[in-house]
Amino acid sequence: MDSIGGTVKNPGSTRNNKTGSWRTFKPLLDKDKCIECDNCLLFCPEGCINPDYDTDYDYCKGCGICEVECPVKAIKMERE
Amino acid sequence: MVVKVISANYAVSHAVKLAKPQVIPVYPITPQTSISEYLAKFVADGDLDSEYMLVESEHSAISAAVGASGTGVRVFTATASQGLALMNEILFVAAGLRNPIVMANTNRSLAAPLSIWNDHQDSISQRDTGWMQIYVENGQEALDSILRCYRISEDHDVLLPSMVCLDGFILTHTAEPVDIPSQKLVDSFLPDYQPQESFLDPENPRSLGTFTDPNYYMEARYQMEVAMEKSKKVIEKVNQEFNEIFGRDYSFVEEYRCEGAEIILITMGSLCSTIRDVVDDMRGRGEKVGLLKVINYRPFPKKEITEAVKNADRVAVLDKNISFGMGGALYTEIKANIDVESCGFIVGLGGRDITPKHIEDIVNKTRNPTKEITWIGLKEEV
Repeated sequence: MDSIGGTVKNPGSTRNNKTGSWRTFKPLLDKDKCIECDNCLLFCPEGCINPDYDTDYDYCKGCGICEVECPVKAIKMERE
Repeated sequence: MVVKVISANYAVSHAVKLAKPQVIPVYPITPQTSISEYLAKFVADGDLDSEYMLVESEHSAISAAVGASGTGVRVFTATASQGLALMNEILFVAAGLRNPIVMANTNRSLAAPLSIWNDHQDSISQRDTGWMQIYVENGQEALDSILRCYRISEDHDVLLPSMVCLDGFILTHTAEPVDIPSQKLVDSFLPDYQPQESFLDPENPRSLGTFTDPNYYMEARYQMEVAMEKSKKVIEKVNQEFNEIFGRDYSFVEEYRCEGAEIILITMGSLCSTIRDVVDDMRGRGEKVGLLKVINYRPFPKKEITEAVKNADRVAVLDKNISFGMGGALYTEIKANIDVESCGFIVGLGGRDITPKHIEDIVNKTRNPTKEITWIGLKEEV
């Protein structure tokens, strides 16, 4: 956004809005512990965990739901 | 050119008719009411081709003004006091969206206690909204300022809304001679509005008023500060063109007998007329006093005030407003920005008369200051 009055001139600008900047805690996955149950992927409210269980940190807001839902405690939230 | 003896509210309405805004959302409130009535009549009589919107509150009036301006048309509204206070939230929106709306505010005090009479508390309280503000001394200045403000606000380097502030009753309901310029002359000064940035255009779709996260907000606000700074050059240019076309010379401040003045009184609005008389009387008695009228309050004319008072021993700043626990707004800003010894005076709140005797008292108190801020015209020591 470089326009006067905060006008958005090009569509799809939400994609450029890197909400990951809101994050205080960052989820880190220990892939050796992971049992591939897909819980984190399904519960992530931002849909930013892909089928390979990689987190898109551009959009992960650090809510920590993945850590809570992980049945084998393979995800740990760490301060940025 | 036609000189008519009319009230400042009628002068404002004539200016609006000449500026031809396409949309006028307005809600009546004392002492602005006759502006909304005159404009309604102009539209009803077919003298002004404009969408006159009946709204249910001032919040709606300014919201409709923002919406209309967002479609890329010229917009006018007017209010006062409680109405301006009710607009507060959307005043920030109008400025942030860079809508070049022009509004007349007929200055009236704020409740409580409830009062319909004049002071500057209403518009001074909105000084941080991002609106430019002009304070006028008479009906002619009110008319001229509406026209000048459209040019300034709509300039591509500015795109900020303007508030023309005229003293309630003292100007709004007082008839005096006003030169109403011809439509042809006004058209040559103020062409039709050409929206350029923040407006909805089907040929070139865009979103207005979107959500911004911390990555963007600060830049948008900084752009407003840059625009406010740039507006100073635009104001100078517009004033010069206005003078060439209409023969009336405006500047950020107006000096009256400031040459050789030991004490300069600084204030805004209609009070300047009273002070002019007192300055003449006192000069007649050999007392070296002068008047500095601040016309453009936002952007703040720091350079011009500094220049005007540089040879004065002391200045007296008269405020028709109060920031409780701090003093009058103009006083504290002059104190913070201008290197001159200054005394602050709170005057005329809620329509309390300010007499020539009060002005002389202020001059004397400034000569021998005993306190920083003095309330003038209180009935007794309270």
